[in-house]
Amino acid sequence: MTDVMPSTSTHVKNVRDRGRRGVGRPNVLGGLLGWFWLAVVIIPIYYVVVTSLKDQGGYFAGNPLALPWPPKMDAYIEVFNNKILMYFTNSVIVAVGAVVPIVLFAFMASYAIVRGHGRFLKFANGLFLMGLAIPIQATIIPIYLMITKMGLYDSLLAIILPAVAFGQPLSVLIVSNFLRDIPKELFESMRLDGLNDWQIMWRLAFPLTSPALVTVAIYNGLNVWNGFLFPLILTQSPDKRTMPLALWAFQGEYTVNIPAVLAAVIVSTVPILVLYVLGRRQLLSGLTAGVGK
Amino acid sequence: MSLLALPSLFIFVTFAVVPLFGVVVLSFTKWDGIGDILPNGVDSWRVVLADPMTWHALGLTLTIMVASWLVQTPLCLLLGTFIAGHQRYRSVLAVLFFLPLLLSSAAIAIAFKSLLDPNFGLGAGLHLPILNQDWLGVDLAFPVVIGVIAWQFIPFHTLLYQGGVRQIPVQLYEAAEIDGAGRIQQFFTITLPQLKYTVITSSTLMLVGSLTYFDLVFVMTEGGPGNATRILPLDMYIRGFKANQMGAASVLAVFLVVLGLAMALGVQRLGGKDKAASQLEGM
Repeated sequence: MTDVMPSTSTHVKNVRDRGRRGVGRPNVLGGLLGWFWLAVVIIPIYYVVVTSLKDQGGYFAGNPLALPWPPKMDAYIEVFNNKILMYFTNSVIVAVGAVVPIVLFAFMASYAIVRGHGRFLKFANGLFLMGLAIPIQATIIPIYLMITKMGLYDSLLAIILPAVAFGQPLSVLIVSNFLRDIPKELFESMRLDGLNDWQIMWRLAFPLTSPALVTVAIYNGLNVWNGFLFPLILTQSPDKRTMPLALWAFQGEYTVNIPAVLAAVIVSTVPILVLYVLGRRQLLSGLTAGVGK
Repeated sequence: MSLLALPSLFIFVTFAVVPLFGVVVLSFTKWDGIGDILPNGVDSWRVVLADPMTWHALGLTLTIMVASWLVQTPLCLLLGTFIAGHQRYRSVLAVLFFLPLLLSSAAIAIAFKSLLDPNFGLGAGLHLPILNQDWLGVDLAFPVVIGVIAWQFIPFHTLLYQGGVRQIPVQLYEAAEIDGAGRIQQFFTITLPQLKYTVITSSTLMLVGSLTYFDLVFVMTEGGPGNATRILPLDMYIRGFKANQMGAASVLAVFLVVLGLAMALGVQRLGGKDKAASQLEGM
């Protein structure tokens, strides 16, 4: 389970340090590979950052890797004048609008699956497990058909609904696995105190499950924030664009203003970068949420 | 109690399970995406199966699958093992290694497109002829796409291997050192066998995932130049939403579903364990 990883790894860390130090020789091969890969990762990212700080003249002339001094804000001004805040807001609406129901629905379903009995809940659990294997792209044509028939085409809700659906299987799996680890006695004692299922769910299970809910929220939030296919297929007007789609559109419009396109790339990444800086461990465990269990 | 599962189940069935069956139904119809949907028997299937483009796209997808696995797995294994060590500089490197995980596919595609631009990209600006190729031209576009995919996904799988390596009991290494085994020997006799389930998990995700590299290729090349990078999901998109042949596109979608399931089952069989067990032990 992803959520216990931090504690386990610190434990292993202590043991591991002792064990590894015995080797004594520096790991030349590993070091070389490590530094090589660092260059492979950093150079493109560095290129994006410095290019976004150039004006167009600076972009066409001079060393592409030179740090422009003084940095020019032209590219950022350009994208902020080009409604990037609207696209950004759309992305926030879609991400929040999808993540909140994903987490709530998945939590309630998990609670029912773990605490309840009966054939219906068994069936539901089986269906979610099967759902893990459904490739999103393969379902896009029927989804497009349904969204148009519902009159939702070209709305942010059109992006949210399928995102909520595809968020369910994995989220239910993670949350229900977490709920199973809560000792039965806790539930029993609350029942003896006269609380009903609904109250127990919100007062006991919800706070105790919060680490799993955070993991699930991050995992789905990233997927929706970076999602490209649903916005591409299910919307068309510029004022419904989410960030990734806006990046693609910018690229088409600004064929010559590369600094502006790359400035937009940076703006679209800022929220996730902030998350990475503030809660790297949580973000990484959210990213691998699919694999833990 | 069962009522609590209803919201989740309802939206999941509506927007995921129904479309899964819907795509099979649509593959036996004729539809331009706007007008009426007309039954069409097996005509779409006949057209798609007879079209060389289908096999071209399928071939590219399978090539990407195999090439991505061959490029990414050894690198991820070594990098994951490397950053599993607790030396301080390795932790710092690890923080930087994971940066590509923060970028969307669209962002990565755009970054590399400008980086590789033959006129204004890195190669042209640095005046290094070896870097100054027509990277997204007919000959190189496909290998470049494979490389950029590796750039995007290696961090994720490295993260998995890092987690896997850190779960290996340190006693195994201590015993090996007493027996006088060197580092490379330790890697092959302890690390690699102990990572078996991580390899299975990572490979499953990689192989199944390689069926779905749509965003990146779409933004970077749109399947071109010509059809040089027209992988299966792109072929589906182009036929469905550009050429307005939703029936034919649905046939390709069925291809994707079947391939994905086959791949997932195949890797699990190869590993000799059922899915639940392998995933549990993989982390």
